[in-house]
Amino acid sequence: MRLLVNKIFLVLSVLSAMIGLAFLAWILITLFIKGLGSFHFKLFLNDLIDGGLRNLIVGQFILAGLAAFIGIPLGMAAGIYIQEYGRGKYANLIRDLSDIMMSAPSIVIGAFVYAVIVVPTGGTSGFAGAIALAIMMIPVVINTTDNMLSLVPRELREAGIALGASKYRVILDIVIKAAKVGIMTGILLAFARIIGETAPLLFTSETSNYFSLDLTESFPSLTVSIYDLANEPEESSRDLAWAASFILTLLVLVINLTGRFFTRNKD
Amino acid sequence: MEKIFQKLSLASATLVFVILLGIFFTLFNSSKLAIDEFGFDFITNPDWNKEVVIDSSSIIENESDEIIDEDEILFDEDDEEAETSTIYGGLVPIVGTLLTTLIALTFALPIAMGIAVFLAEIAPQNISHVVGVAIELLAAIPSIIFGMWGLYYFAPIVADIVGGYQVSLLTAGLVLGVMILPFMAAITRDSMNTTPGVLKESAYALGATKFEVIKDIIFPYSRTGIIGSIILALGRALGETMAVAFLIGSIFVLPTAINSPTISIPVAMANNFGEASGVGESALFYLALILFIISFAVISIAKFYFLKKAN
Repeated sequence: MRLLVNKIFLVLSVLSAMIGLAFLAWILITLFIKGLGSFHFKLFLNDLIDGGLRNLIVGQFILAGLAAFIGIPLGMAAGIYIQEYGRGKYANLIRDLSDIMMSAPSIVIGAFVYAVIVVPTGGTSGFAGAIALAIMMIPVVINTTDNMLSLVPRELREAGIALGASKYRVILDIVIKAAKVGIMTGILLAFARIIGETAPLLFTSETSNYFSLDLTESFPSLTVSIYDLANEPEESSRDLAWAASFILTLLVLVINLTGRFFTRNKD
Repeated sequence: MEKIFQKLSLASATLVFVILLGIFFTLFNSSKLAIDEFGFDFITNPDWNKEVVIDSSSIIENESDEIIDEDEILFDEDDEEAETSTIYGGLVPIVGTLLTTLIALTFALPIAMGIAVFLAEIAPQNISHVVGVAIELLAAIPSIIFGMWGLYYFAPIVADIVGGYQVSLLTAGLVLGVMILPFMAAITRDSMNTTPGVLKESAYALGATKFEVIKDIIFPYSRTGIIGSIILALGRALGETMAVAFLIGSIFVLPTAINSPTISIPVAMANNFGEASGVGESALFYLALILFIISFAVISIAKFYFLKKAN
């Protein structure tokens, strides 16, 4: 009887894992078939107005890249503070708040940026979208930096101090270097996450049918356009949405796997 | 230089604090109009964007207060110059948010636990690693993809089995469940992995089966961590927008059955924000504030109570 219960339990557990994998396979195969069906290299050459995706892909990269440009230094600096400078209550408070911020609903962050940037500046803009994404990215970078720096052995820091290096030199030249791979991985995973975000961009950057590098205007976004296209009645729009989804997912998964590959090489 | 660097890092850390406070106060400030007008009745009022005739004593300008939504023709547009006021109540999206989350949790919980057990205890190391990465990749897929896949491929099957609409509370909840499944499984696995090997080996040495070890050793040991993980996943489900937006139907009507369409807070915001102004926009901010407070509370409970204890 005990053995039977055990068997049933093991079978159920394996079954759950198979269900999980089946969902992954189902989604990927759907994307592959639908996406590849409407995939064409001309998608990379034309803008949305001409039935292509070029402006959207470039736009999404610029939005996420700018967000990373803002979010990475701020997040790393905050992570360094938590781990290296502040050891008291305040550092713990920031750590907890950053964890909470990491799980804050992305649409709420979009609404926040809408109220503090879009309304005062009079309209949606690429900057507003990038800032919304940066706010999503900062806590993830803080979390990674904090965790990775805590793995660096104390002796390394002491050796640096003993050589007469000032604290910030020790942090920049020794501690960060030692934790480089881990932090890079975390940043890549964070980047993969924000590049696929839609909700924070809906009313901050919106999207645009045209190629644009002007960050003060509505900015082309792949994800927002997928949402728009998928809701349109024409078959051709939906096909384009599938092709865009395919490219987006491929991008996200490649960035994600690249990050994992780095950590694996380290071990 | 040393001083500058230290100050900069302190400033960046403080930025987190400032942003969170900023979010709270901005949402509060932007929803003030709606809070003043509807108060706490907002939470229990099921009418969204409903015109009512008011007595002449308190006339409120509301020419541009109406939200136009393709899916929704709640009021007739008769251009009488009657003194009317538009009422906004948040009950429908609040109920929709809670119910979709509940369905998602009910669906994802047993499967996520099964996967976590499989990864932590059953599979040999190399298989566990590969399956683990696959599960985490599922978590990395953008939510909008879950929405599209859910609408065109998953929902029709569910609707065939259960009946009712393809866009409904049920299909939205299930797709949301698929979405939080990998997240929940991954962090539950991490909690289970904290169980000391000695404890497990002792139990095996006494002749316990795998099931008994998991039930009597691992679960009690990592219980607080597991509960924390579940609550964290719940927090994520509450605020999810895109996966739900495709599937919930986006109408401000209380669901009468599990397979009838309704709306959730994030979807109400996603679909109506662009066209809203005045009290209508303020009411959306009010919804955002409610969502922010709920998820802040949920995540805090998970972090401060359960996950702290687990460490």
